[in-house]
Amino acid sequence: MYQAIVFLPLLGFLIVGLFGTSLGAKASEYITSGLLVVSAVLSWVAFFTVAMGDVETFTVPVLRFIDSGTMQADWALRIDTLTVVMLVVVNTVSALVHIYSIGYMHHDPHRPRFFAYLSLFTFAMLMLVTSDNLVQMFFGWEGVGLASYLLIGFWYKKPSANAAAIKAFVVNRVGDFGFILGILGVYVLFGSVDFGTIFANAATYLPAGGHGAEAAAGEAAAHGETVLNFLGYHLDKAGALTAVCLLLFMGAMGKSAQVPLHTWLPDAMEGPTPVSALIHAATMVTAGVFMLARLSPIFELSHTALLVVTIIGAITAFFAATVGLVQNDIKRVIAYSTCSQLGYMFVALGMGFYSAAIFHLFTHAFFKALLFLGSGSVIHAVSDEQDMRRMGGLRRLIPKTYWMMVIGTIALTGVGIPATVIGTAGFFSKDAIIEGAFVGHNAFAGAAFVLLVVAAAFTSFYSWRLIFMTFHGTPRATADVMHHVHESPPVMLVPLYLLAVGALFAGFVFHDYFIGEHYEAFWKTALFTLPDNHILHDFHDVPMLVKLAPFLAMLGGFLVAYHFYIRSPETPRQVAQRHRLLYQFLLNKWYFDELYDFLFVRPAKRLGYFLWKRGDGWLIDGFGPDGVSARVMDLTNRVVKLQTGYLYHYAFAMLIGVAALVTWMMLGSSF
Amino acid sequence: MTDWPILSTVTFLPLVGAFLILLIRDDGEIARRNIRNVALLTTVFTFILSLFIWIGFDNSEPGFQMVEEVAWLGGGIAYKMGVDGISMLFVILTTFLMPLCILASWVSVEKRVKEYMIAFLLLETLMIGVFCALDLVLFYVFFEAGLIPMFIIIGVWGGKRRVYASFKFFLYTLLGSVLMLLAIMAMYWQAGTMDIPTLLTHAFPAGMQPWLWLAFFASFAVKMPMWPVHTWLPDAHVEAPTAGSVILAAILLKMGGYGFLRFSLPMFPLASADFAPLVFALSVVAIIYTSLVALMQEDIKKLIAYSSVAHMGYVTMGIFAMNQAGIQGALFQMLSHGLVSGALFLCVGVIYDRMHTREIAAYGGLVNNMPKYAVVFLIFTMANVGLPGTSGFVGEFLTLVGIFQVNTWVALFAATGVILSAAYALWLYRKVVFGVLSKESLKGLLDLSPREKTVIYPLVVLTIFFGVYPAPVFDATAASVQALVNQVSASIEAAPQAAAAEPAAAAAPAAAH
Repeated sequence: MYQAIVFLPLLGFLIVGLFGTSLGAKASEYITSGLLVVSAVLSWVAFFTVAMGDVETFTVPVLRFIDSGTMQADWALRIDTLTVVMLVVVNTVSALVHIYSIGYMHHDPHRPRFFAYLSLFTFAMLMLVTSDNLVQMFFGWEGVGLASYLLIGFWYKKPSANAAAIKAFVVNRVGDFGFILGILGVYVLFGSVDFGTIFANAATYLPAGGHGAEAAAGEAAAHGETVLNFLGYHLDKAGALTAVCLLLFMGAMGKSAQVPLHTWLPDAMEGPTPVSALIHAATMVTAGVFMLARLSPIFELSHTALLVVTIIGAITAFFAATVGLVQNDIKRVIAYSTCSQLGYMFVALGMGFYSAAIFHLFTHAFFKALLFLGSGSVIHAVSDEQDMRRMGGLRRLIPKTYWMMVIGTIALTGVGIPATVIGTAGFFSKDAIIEGAFVGHNAFAGAAFVLLVVAAAFTSFYSWRLIFMTFHGTPRATADVMHHVHESPPVMLVPLYLLAVGALFAGFVFHDYFIGEHYEAFWKTALFTLPDNHILHDFHDVPMLVKLAPFLAMLGGFLVAYHFYIRSPETPRQVAQRHRLLYQFLLNKWYFDELYDFLFVRPAKRLGYFLWKRGDGWLIDGFGPDGVSARVMDLTNRVVKLQTGYLYHYAFAMLIGVAALVTWMMLGSSF
Repeated sequence: MTDWPILSTVTFLPLVGAFLILLIRDDGEIARRNIRNVALLTTVFTFILSLFIWIGFDNSEPGFQMVEEVAWLGGGIAYKMGVDGISMLFVILTTFLMPLCILASWVSVEKRVKEYMIAFLLLETLMIGVFCALDLVLFYVFFEAGLIPMFIIIGVWGGKRRVYASFKFFLYTLLGSVLMLLAIMAMYWQAGTMDIPTLLTHAFPAGMQPWLWLAFFASFAVKMPMWPVHTWLPDAHVEAPTAGSVILAAILLKMGGYGFLRFSLPMFPLASADFAPLVFALSVVAIIYTSLVALMQEDIKKLIAYSSVAHMGYVTMGIFAMNQAGIQGALFQMLSHGLVSGALFLCVGVIYDRMHTREIAAYGGLVNNMPKYAVVFLIFTMANVGLPGTSGFVGEFLTLVGIFQVNTWVALFAATGVILSAAYALWLYRKVVFGVLSKESLKGLLDLSPREKTVIYPLVVLTIFFGVYPAPVFDATAASVQALVNQVSASIEAAPQAAAAEPAAAAAPAAAH
C-alpha cells in the first residue's frame, strides 16, 4: 500500500509525460487526477492505521542506491506518524489541486505537460516525506525543486516567469549548499546517513546537564574530545552537533523561504495559481519544517541551533507580514502570508514544540490552499487580472468564491473564542504556537512572542484588506472585464468546498491528537523531546491575557482593515503619503532583491568576466601557449631573416664556420 | 572465454574496420554510405563484444583480470593487457560512445568521410588500449598516440580557428608527455621492469617519489584538465566537430583521472599524500573559477567546456581524498560525466547542424518547435547541475563525502559549485530553449530526427538509470578501490618519514587559513 501511495503519482507522470500528446488533454487529466485520488484515499487509510492505530515505526525497502564503503543509502520508505500526516497533507491537497486544475487550466494548450509536472512534483514530495535517510530526503528535496522550477516557468514565453524559475532554483541551491554539508557532517558524526542509526546514536550526544537552564553548563562540560574538525575549529560533541544542525537548517531556510533566503517565493507566483496553492503554500515550502521535525532527535540536543531557528522564524514571521500589508498583487499578498506562517512554524520548532509546528503545517495546508485556489477562482473570473487595485465589488457576482475566501481568511486569522474549543483551524494551531512562544525557555522566546502577536495583527489586517479590496466597495475593473465576470465551474468549486471543511474543522477535530491529550498515542516515537521539555503541558496554563493576545491582535487587524477599506477608503492613501519612506520600504520588500543583486549577482558576473578575459585570456594563455608560440614565431622570424637565399651568403657563413672550427681544434690540441 | 584474448580483440577490432574502410575507394555517395556503414557496424560490434568483458568480470576480484601477455621488445617490455575494477568500465564507456559518435557524424561530416572514419576507429583502438595496457611502455604508446588522431580530427574537420585550437591542444599535451617519458625511464632504471602490476607493488624511494609524481602530474593535469592548464580545452571543444567534442569530453579527459588512479596514487603514495593539498587547492580553484567563467560565456560549447573543467575538479578532489567514498565517487563522476557531457555536446551538435552557429544569442524559444529536444536537453542540463536522480549527483555527492572527511574547507568551497553550476546551466537553458520563438531563422527548425533520437535517447536512459540505481558501478569498482585505498594507506603508515610529513602537510592548509 505504501509503495502504491508513493509510486502512483510517478506512474501518472510517466504515462502522461511520455505519451501525453498522443493521449490528449482530457485523458491526461483523468489519468493523473485519478491516480492522485487513489493515492490520497490510501493516504487517509494509512493515516488511520498508523497515526490513529497502534503501529510502530517501520521501513519498507525499495531498491539499493548509493553503496560505497560505509556510505550506504538505500531507497526505502520510513512510515511513522510524521510520515502519514505528511502523506495526508500532500496527497489530499495534490489531488484537489489536480481536479481544480482541470477547470482552471481549461484554455491552456499544454495541459498534459502541466499535469505531468504536477504528478512529478507530488512524487518527489512523497519521496521526501517518506525518506529513510538523508540522501533520499535530498533526492526528494531537489526533485520538488526541479518540479517547482518547471512549474514556475510553465508559461515559458514570459521572461518574468523564466527569471522567477531560475531564481527559485538558484536561491534554493544556496540553501542546499548548507544541506549537503550538513549531510556530510552527520555522516562524519554518526557514521551513517540512515535515520534509524542517527536517532539511535543521538543519545550519546546528549548534553551532560539535564535541565534547560543547566544545559549551557552541560555543553561546556562536554568539552574535550574532538569529534569534528570543521573549518579549522576543533568541535566537541555539542559544538559539532550545533554546526551540523545549523547547516541542515540552512537547507530548510532555502526551501521554506525564511529570511534571508525568502526572495524566491514571492517571485514564484509567476506560475499558474494551482501551482502556488500546491507547491508554494501547502507542501513544498513546508519541507523545511518537516525536515526539522524529522530530525528532532538531533535538533532537540542543540540549544544554540534551536535558538537560531527561533530567531530566524520570528523575524520571518514579522518581516513577511509587514511586506504583506502593502502588496497589491492578490497572489503576492498570500505568498507573503505563507512566508510569514512558515515563520510561525519555525518558531514552534525552535521552542522544541515540534508537534505544534506540524499541526500548524497541517491546518495551514488546508486554509492556505483554499485561499490560493480561491484567489485563482477570482483571477479566473476577472480575465486573469491579479492587481487588487483593479478589482472590487465582486462579492455579488461570485458569491461562492467570496464565501470560500472568507472561510480561508477566518481560518488563517484564527477566529475563535479564547479559552474554549470553538474556533477555526488557525485558532488552534497558530494560537498554540504563540502561547508556546510565551512559555518557551529559549533566550529569544519573549521577543518571539511579541513579534508573533504583532505579526498576527498584521496577518489579520492584510487578509481582510485582501477580502475588502477584492470583493467589497465599488468595481474598479473596466466595464468589459466586469461584464465577463462569472462564477467558476463545479470542478473548481468542489475542491474549494472540501478544503473549506478542512479549514474550518481540522483544528477542532485533530488538536487533541497533535498537541493535546492523545499526544503520546498519536505521535508515538515520531517526534523526540528531551525529558525537560515541558512545553506541551506549559502552554495550556498561560495567563488569560496571553490567551487573549492573539485574539485581540486579530480583532485589531480586522477593525483597522475595515476602517481603511470600507468606512473611509481614502485613509490608506493618506497614511501611505504621510509615511512615504516606510511605505516604499515595505512596498519594495525591504530592498532585499536590490541588495542581493548588488552584493552577489553583479560581483559574480564581473568576477567571471574578469577571470575569463584577464585570467584565462591574458595571464594563462598570454604567458602559456600563446606566449610560447609568439616567442617561437619571433625566433623563427629572426632565423628566417638570416636565410636570405643567396648562395654566397651561405658559402660565406660556412667558411667562417669552418675557420672557427679549425681554429678551435688547433688551439684545443695545443693545450 | 578463459583463453580467448578478449581485451586484444576488443582493442584491435576497430582497426580491422579501419582497414576495411581503407579498401573502399572514396568516390561518390554510395562509397561514402558504405564507409559509414562499415564504421558503424564495427563500433556496434565492438561494443557488443566489450559487454562480454563486463559479463565475465569478477566483481570480487581486486586484481587484474583477463590478463594477456606476450613478450615484445625484449628487456622488461611486454605486450600485456588486463583490466580491473578501475579500468574496466572505461573500456565499456568508450565502446558504448563510439557508435553514437559515428551516428552523430552521419550527415554533418561531408568532406573526407573516409579519413574521418579511419581516424575515429584508430582513436577507439588507442583509447581502449590506454585502459587495458598493463605495461608502462605500452601504456605510453597508446596514451600518446591517441593524441594524433584527435589532433587531426580537430585540425581537419574543425571550425574556423581549428589550427590554433589543435596546436594549443598539442602544445599543452606535448609538454606533459615529455616529462612523463622521462619519469618512465627513471622508473625503469629504478625498478628494472615496465610491468604495471609489478610496479604497483614496487616501493619507490621516498626521495624519488615527488619527482616522479610531478612528472606524471604534468601529463595527467593537462589531460584532466586541471586549472591552470585548462585553457586548451575550451578552444579545442569549440573548434572540434561534434563527435570530436564528445570523445574529448567523455573519454580523453578521463585518461588523466585514470592515470592518477593507476599510477600516481598506488606507485607514489607518499608523494601523493604530500601533494594532496596542492591538488585540493587546484581542484577548488577549478570548481569556483571555471564556474564563474562559465557564467559569462557567449558560446554554448565554451560554456559546457568550462563546466567540464569544474566537474573534473570534483574528480581530482575525490581521488586525492584517498578514501573509498572519494575514489569511488571520482570514478562514478568520470563515468557519469562521460555520459552527460558527451550528451550535452551531442545536444549542441543537434542545433549546430541546423543553424551552424554556437552563439547563445542566436537561439531562444526552441521549446516551441523542438519540444523533444527541449526535454532531453533539460535532462542533461539537470544532470550537469548534479540533480539527484540523475547520474551527475551520485559522483559529486560521494566525492564531497570523501573530501569532507579529509578537509572541510575544501568541501565547503567545492560545495559552492552546487550553486554556481545551477546558475550557469539554467541560464544557458533559458537562453536557448525558453522564451518566445521570435527569431526568423529559428522558425523552420525541426525536432529531433530518428537518427538523432537513436543517438541521444540511450544516453537519457543511462543517465537516469545510473542516477537511480548506481549499484552496478559500485559493485564493479568496490574491490579494486578498496585494495587501492588499503595499499596507499598501508604505504603511508609504513614510511616513518611520511608519518612525520603528513601532519605537516595537514597543518599547512590549517595554518594558511
